[in-house]
Amino acid sequence: MNPGRCAACRYLRRRCPPDCIFSPYFPPNNPQRFVSIHRIYGASNVAKLLQQLPSHLRTQAADSLYLEAQYRIEDPVYGCVGLISLLQQQIHDVERQLAMTQAEIAFRARHPQAVESNLLNNVGNPSFSNQASSWFM
Amino acid sequence: MRSHEPRSTSSCAACKLLKRRCSPTCIFAPYFRSDEPKKFTKVHKVFGASNVSKILIEVPEEQREDTVNSLVYEAEARLRDPVYGCIGAIALLQRKMIELQHDLALARARLARYAANYSTGVAGTELDRLTMTGLGEFLVACGGFMDSFNQSSSYQVNQDAHMYDLTQIPYVYHDQL
Repeated sequence: MNPGRCAACRYLRRRCPPDCIFSPYFPPNNPQRFVSIHRIYGASNVAKLLQQLPSHLRTQAADSLYLEAQYRIEDPVYGCVGLISLLQQQIHDVERQLAMTQAEIAFRARHPQAVESNLLNNVGNPSFSNQASSWFM
Repeated sequence: MRSHEPRSTSSCAACKLLKRRCSPTCIFAPYFRSDEPKKFTKVHKVFGASNVSKILIEVPEEQREDTVNSLVYEAEARLRDPVYGCIGAIALLQRKMIELQHDLALARARLARYAANYSTGVAGTELDRLTMTGLGEFLVACGGFMDSFNQSSSYQVNQDAHMYDLTQIPYVYHDQL
């Protein structure tokens, strides 16, 4: 048995050649990394993908494949797409808050004499934002 | 002459690509119709039919359609960007989120200054100073994270190595304001 085999060749129980496509990215001290990737993508698909890339991009590719594989193992239904949905929703919420705040600012700029406490209490209130917006429609 | 069994005319896209008989209990058939061959081609190219089958078997039947849709999404992302796949999309969304939170903080600080100026009639009040200090701390915290994405301002696939700091994924957002 060759003690210098990479994690992939160890897992696949084969000889690790000097030009092994996996060995720079799957060191023997982290066997779980290849196990995760193999479970989701399979060795052959990962080898093809890495071979298609210039060598200076393969580390990032292996890292991102590992991350995606981990997400899919933890959430077999949505994988990392669940996180994408969550981020899109959060972005939508912040965009909405930003639009409301900008509407308040525009209202203030036009009506500086508006009652102070009433305006401050209504920051973030969608119905008030509609009312404020209607002043300059 | 040998008699031949009639060929099935209802093979799903998966069985057509794999050149096998599509059984009535085919795991792929409900989700990879024969009129959508590209859908299965994409997932097969990235994940492989065997792995897709194992993933589908693992999940409850009522969740398999969502599973297939997310696998197709991931496969498409990986085919478009073989280096970063969906992780690239996540990094971009996180960068956008930070920029938006920055903009929101600035807007709220500006709104607070309106209130402060009205209540005291003087610019540069104590409230104004405190608001800007809090904003300043927030922006410093954002800046540290933003540095890791400052190497590229556009989504140039396959162009730059080390484009994204993958150690920052996922970045958990808290309400800073």
